[in-house]
Amino acid sequence: MNALRFLTIGNDMTDLIEMEGIGKTFAGIVALNDARLSIRPGEVHAIIGQNGAGKSTLIKILTGVYRRSAGDVRMNGAPLAISTPREAQDAGIATIYQELSLVPLRSVTENVVMGYEPRTRFGLIDWTAAHARTREILARFGVDIDVTRQLGSYSTAVQQLVAIARAVSLDAKLVIMDEATSSLDDQEIETLFAVINTLKATGVAVLYISHFLDELYRICDRVTIMRDGQTVNTHRVAETTKLGLVSEMLGRDASEIQAAGLTALSGGHGEPGEVLLEATEIRSKTGLRGASFTLRRREIVGLGGLLGSGRTEAARAVFGLDPLTGGTVRLSNGAPLDTPAAAIAMGIGFLTEDRKADGIIPDMSVRENITLAMLPRLKRLGAVDRERERKLVQHYIDALQIKTAGMEQPIRELSGGNQQKVLLARWLALEPEILILDEPTRGVDVGAKFEIQSIIRKQVADGLSVLLISSEFEELVEGADRIVVLQDGRSVTELHNPGVTESALIGAMAHHADAPDTKRSPL
Amino acid sequence: MSDTFSIDLRRYLRGGGHSFGVWVALVVVIVFGLMRYENFGGAYNISSFLNYNAMFIVIAVGMCFVILTGGVDLSVGSVAAFTSVVAAYLSPFGIQVALPGAVLAGLAIGGINALFVVALRIPPFIATLATMLGAKGGALVISGAQTIAIDWGSNFTKLGMEKAFDLLPWSIFITAAVVIALWIVLERTSIGRTVLAVGGGEDAAGMMGLHVNRAKVFVYILSGGCAGLAGVFLASGFGAGQPLEGIGWELSAIASVVVGGTLLTGGVGSVGATVAGALLLGLVFNILNFENGRGVISLSAYWQMVIRGGFLFAVILLQSQLSRQPKGPQG
Repeated sequence: MNALRFLTIGNDMTDLIEMEGIGKTFAGIVALNDARLSIRPGEVHAIIGQNGAGKSTLIKILTGVYRRSAGDVRMNGAPLAISTPREAQDAGIATIYQELSLVPLRSVTENVVMGYEPRTRFGLIDWTAAHARTREILARFGVDIDVTRQLGSYSTAVQQLVAIARAVSLDAKLVIMDEATSSLDDQEIETLFAVINTLKATGVAVLYISHFLDELYRICDRVTIMRDGQTVNTHRVAETTKLGLVSEMLGRDASEIQAAGLTALSGGHGEPGEVLLEATEIRSKTGLRGASFTLRRREIVGLGGLLGSGRTEAARAVFGLDPLTGGTVRLSNGAPLDTPAAAIAMGIGFLTEDRKADGIIPDMSVRENITLAMLPRLKRLGAVDRERERKLVQHYIDALQIKTAGMEQPIRELSGGNQQKVLLARWLALEPEILILDEPTRGVDVGAKFEIQSIIRKQVADGLSVLLISSEFEELVEGADRIVVLQDGRSVTELHNPGVTESALIGAMAHHADAPDTKRSPL
Repeated sequence: MSDTFSIDLRRYLRGGGHSFGVWVALVVVIVFGLMRYENFGGAYNISSFLNYNAMFIVIAVGMCFVILTGGVDLSVGSVAAFTSVVAAYLSPFGIQVALPGAVLAGLAIGGINALFVVALRIPPFIATLATMLGAKGGALVISGAQTIAIDWGSNFTKLGMEKAFDLLPWSIFITAAVVIALWIVLERTSIGRTVLAVGGGEDAAGMMGLHVNRAKVFVYILSGGCAGLAGVFLASGFGAGQPLEGIGWELSAIASVVVGGTLLTGGVGSVGATVAGALLLGLVFNILNFENGRGVISLSAYWQMVIRGGFLFAVILLQSQLSRQPKGPQG
């Protein structure tokens, strides 16, 4: 019947998936209200929107994790009833989640065939056939690995390809990729894109969710924008502009955004004051080979450079996490910094790159996560002053607009952007003079990115000094007063705002990348 | 076929299953015993050793499944005590009634564990602690806290005494059959692989569309059934239902599983290595008995326990050293 329908309407307008008027309510709270989505066979379709826009709810309805409260879902024109992940898989809808939903302790083969194992005529699992099938599918993507090994012994990129291989082995018609590139390096992203093109060529549709707009333009055919639980629009990607997408996502006027810049870091924040911190020719076993920079009061200094240029290493050295093998880090009062405890005592904070591993304590509440580092300061007569603690936490929840059901909500239930705000609040509560921010807006959506950037800017205007590491050139170009460009563990040049452009920054990084050692930092 | 075999062998040798150490230790202990004691390899010692350890082996294998899902079953010792009494009461009707009856009782208690853990979402440690106390109390109640003699006139006595095929007691063949069946279940069936996947990552297993709850229900019922069977062996071996037995058996079973290289968090492990672990723990006692028999030293049961503890530690240390595999190729 499906085939017949497909033939009769059989032009390129036949949708593989059609979701219409989808509504979803959680305990009285509306998460989705009249959401739409249509995906054609063999296309790469992006969904974008801020956190809370309803992207993941919509996808979870499609994959059987949630049940819709209203609306219709059709596949190839026929109504689709899915109430469990298993049914979605059987219908040909496979999902590759942001947090890999595979079992790292088990073999590659098991992860590919689990639940659908080939059998011998006695009904037992035929491992020879299972290994062969797994090898064959991975070979299609140009991956040749020992499929009998534990999945966890391979890199994230390979694990992701294994997840895709699983989808293919289940004969998926639609593969959903949720933030698939967020933990991949550039080369791995290229491999993934090649795999996506292979899928496309075989008629498999891909639903692509990403915070990186640049990726959209490289790989996607169409894009659906969601906001506040509704579908705002669907465009052909080629007919859109980045600014247009952002304005639809935020529901703000494009010209307004253009005037303010793409980030909320731009614009002056007062004249920098005296020098607070001076790193001179620092070296470490982690790869620093002579990096120098200074940081003044009320100043944002960006550390620019390619991955592995020593940006994070420089920050870690300043914070006393990695011992120096040469050079000095000195504060304005002459105190040396050698341990994180000393750094914190001297008013330095460090928001690390890896929120999950180094930052949040998932099961603790928002309140506890904020005040963890400052409990000693909240003590009165040996006990924590609850009243003061609550006031302080409420202050930061309001000031940073942290979206939470209450300060006692476990932090793991918050979105990535709000988790990052909590971590920011943790450091700000210590009232630091210097804050080191390593990728402060990575993995958070555009709206939260904006908010975090405005918070940083406001704090700097109030006298904070920031050492900023960011892979997003926009953030450095618009936000930093000065950008110290690192290359191979050395500081090679320094760019001064106003006047820095993205191409100038890339040029500086690339120029020195071609010829290291030829130019030294003017410092 | 040979391809599969070579792959599996390689996996073992590489220590991928974390279970290489237990096999090394087992071979070393057996060779040591054979060289040092004349009767160690004799038919009598082998037969009585296996006959006595059969109940520990089946319990350990059941426990292995539970631990593979990341759970634990503390009730096994009490369940065995309970079902030994059940078996003793049913013994007049013959083995064909007593054995299935006792196993059924074990399966039922396993079902209660499954209900607690899966339907009521009570942590396994607490749920099975409750059934451990409950089964213990039940055994004392139905027996009046007395050992219940089996009916010596029935064929129930044949289980631990009569040799099947003129070779070894029936209990050993039954145990071997159970072990082989469960080995096949774990390695070659969907439910077995689901058990491993659940332990390796419950959420991920659910996302993959696997029947997580079904696997959990399965392991608790299986463990209960294994403990039920152990109770049958207990009753036949001692000639009576033993309501006071079974104390600490759950810990021995956990030790066997862990020595066999199964991760306590689940996800990785094997039936074979668990059996090896149970044999190894039993052999340590066996060897100490031989040593006492030589008359040179005389170790009390208490000291034997201390030595067993030390041995356990040594084997686990060996395991962790041997299973330190180099990190796989990246990319």
